[in-house]
Amino acid sequence: MSGAKQSEELTAGREKYKAAVAKSLERSPERRAAFTTGGGIPVERLYTPDDVAGLDYMNDLGFPGEYPYTRGVQPTMYRGRFWTMRQYAGFATAEASNERYRYLLSQGTTGLSVAFDLPTQIGYDSDHRMAQGEVGKVGVAIDSLADMEILFGGIPLDKVTTSMTINAPAGVLLAMYIAVGEKNGIKPEQLGGTIQNDILKEYIARGTYIFPPKPSMRLITDIFEFCSQNVPKWNTISISGYHIREAGSTAIQEVAFTLADGIAYVEAAIAKGQDPNVFGKRLSFFFNAHNDFLEEVAKFRAARKVWGRIMKERFGVTDKSAQMLRFHTQTAGSTLTAQQPEINVVRVAVQTMAAVMGGTQSLHTNSLDEALALPTDASVRVALRTQQVVAYESGITNIVDPFAGSYAVESLTKTIEEGAWEYIRKIDDLGGMLAAIEKGYPQQNIQDASYEYQRQVESGDRVVVGVNKFQIEEDDSSRQLLRVDPSVGDNQAKKLSKMKESRDNVRVKETLEEIRKTAQRTDNLMPRILDAVHSYATEGEICGVLRDVFGEYKENVVL
Amino acid sequence: MADNKIRVVVAKPGLDGHDRGAKVIARAFRDSGMEVIYTGLRQTPEQIVETAIQEDADAIGLSILSGAHEHYFSAIVELLKQKNASDIVVFGGGVIPESDIPHLLEIGAGAIFGPGTPTTECIEWLEKTVSRKRG
Repeated sequence: MSGAKQSEELTAGREKYKAAVAKSLERSPERRAAFTTGGGIPVERLYTPDDVAGLDYMNDLGFPGEYPYTRGVQPTMYRGRFWTMRQYAGFATAEASNERYRYLLSQGTTGLSVAFDLPTQIGYDSDHRMAQGEVGKVGVAIDSLADMEILFGGIPLDKVTTSMTINAPAGVLLAMYIAVGEKNGIKPEQLGGTIQNDILKEYIARGTYIFPPKPSMRLITDIFEFCSQNVPKWNTISISGYHIREAGSTAIQEVAFTLADGIAYVEAAIAKGQDPNVFGKRLSFFFNAHNDFLEEVAKFRAARKVWGRIMKERFGVTDKSAQMLRFHTQTAGSTLTAQQPEINVVRVAVQTMAAVMGGTQSLHTNSLDEALALPTDASVRVALRTQQVVAYESGITNIVDPFAGSYAVESLTKTIEEGAWEYIRKIDDLGGMLAAIEKGYPQQNIQDASYEYQRQVESGDRVVVGVNKFQIEEDDSSRQLLRVDPSVGDNQAKKLSKMKESRDNVRVKETLEEIRKTAQRTDNLMPRILDAVHSYATEGEICGVLRDVFGEYKENVVL
Repeated sequence: MADNKIRVVVAKPGLDGHDRGAKVIARAFRDSGMEVIYTGLRQTPEQIVETAIQEDADAIGLSILSGAHEHYFSAIVELLKQKNASDIVVFGGGVIPESDIPHLLEIGAGAIFGPGTPTTECIEWLEKTVSRKRG
């Protein structure tokens, strides 16, 4: 069939379809006047070859493992091996969390992911006034190397990779991890894992900042440099859209603000004289898998493509693995409902499918009870099994990027890509992400989107099953929930004061003094932090010295 | 009259950074005609109580998703008592298990709104509670 004839037939077919639609609409209208994705992108009734007419296969999609990586970062994707099933976990004490990690490993998780409590994330020891009531609540309390040794007791750090959700004090926790390895005869170059280390999204959406932007960026680039030389398999940052989306952004904003953060980090490291072909290989990303299935698949594909282009064209990166966007995914916590929590399993399954169709490198699936409390062992198991069912039973893992060529998904991919570029240009115009944050630009955009979503739910325009439709009377008071013993805080404080008695306090003082002096200069802080950690200086002591030198960030409250 | 407006402090106590809910409810209160003072993150109980007294607030709304609700509710209610400001109503929401709610109400919380509560329900409750209080 010739191209001309094909196009003629298509035109005729389109006209015929239009007439059929008009007739159908006369009989009965559609469910709504206009349809949009979860992220607010208008969607058409039908997508046809017309919608992908401008697509240039090699330029827009290419092959898996090849620029622009739209179709994935590896040639064989999940036919080679599945994504890393990595469940974010940690609560109460190092002992309790160690037990949970060993349980997860025994159940088939393939990587660890450490949740720290808020005092640890904000650089306070468990006996600090600001830590009251918070110790061990949302994660594990780590005050010093002594806790870290217990946390990873009996876990082979040369075989398991570990992700740590730690940002402002990321260097301190990484140093502790390196020290635990060294004590077990494992060299830093053998260690694999990730620290989140993404301070910009803390200012935008997550809130666990400590220091102002400038010294924070210095800590981050110090880590890039230190790891390039000493811990080459470590992902030095996980540039995160997850929390931006959880704070209420749209899918396009999630991609755009995350990649704009990425640009800021790359620029900061280049300004320090580092080579993006080297540190670029260890940049990793972290996205949200939300409810709108097709939009999410398109989002992941678009993110890879835009980042590939940024690295290649904006920064002149030639090393392929430094052009690739590799990412972790977590299903969207904010979509979980406290009402009829069992149905959260279904939401998580759909979101898991989207993450996998989008080509994720690792995945955390949320547990059904997380709108109520931290998850129990039983609910974590269901969450992990959800990944395993998708991996082993669904069949979607046997074909690389199976949605490619779908008129709808390719159109959505293009829309998200273009939308992201528009925001990135706007942020460039504002003077880059640091300046944009100062002006409240991403914060305001996210809040507007989040408020709009809430209005739609309350008007019933957006249905949340079990919440504004299909409700039932429930009595949830007898549900088994995980509880953190309130004595954890006191016990952890006692443990800490005992540890301080048994260490060499002169040595601690010396190492802390070295950190202070180095912080006042510009050379790399990481070797000094590693010395302090080895001497059992606490996280709060190290961050305390840095607070003295760097000062503290004050939130730019936007409402 | 502006003087009759309900004045409410929306606060994020402690270290929890989840501020989506706090900001949504703050905006909803504002859109319904209330005077809203949003504290931002990392507030100690002392700071929150201080703000509420200085701002002559009718109520304090606490948003807590970190599991530290027992600690902050009791600390804030206690401080209000000490400052003879117990007429300020304390209420809240966040990730709070249903089985914890009776105790929070017992120690002095006016109401706890769980995830999925429509903002209109919170607004209605607050309007009713404040008008009852003002007599």
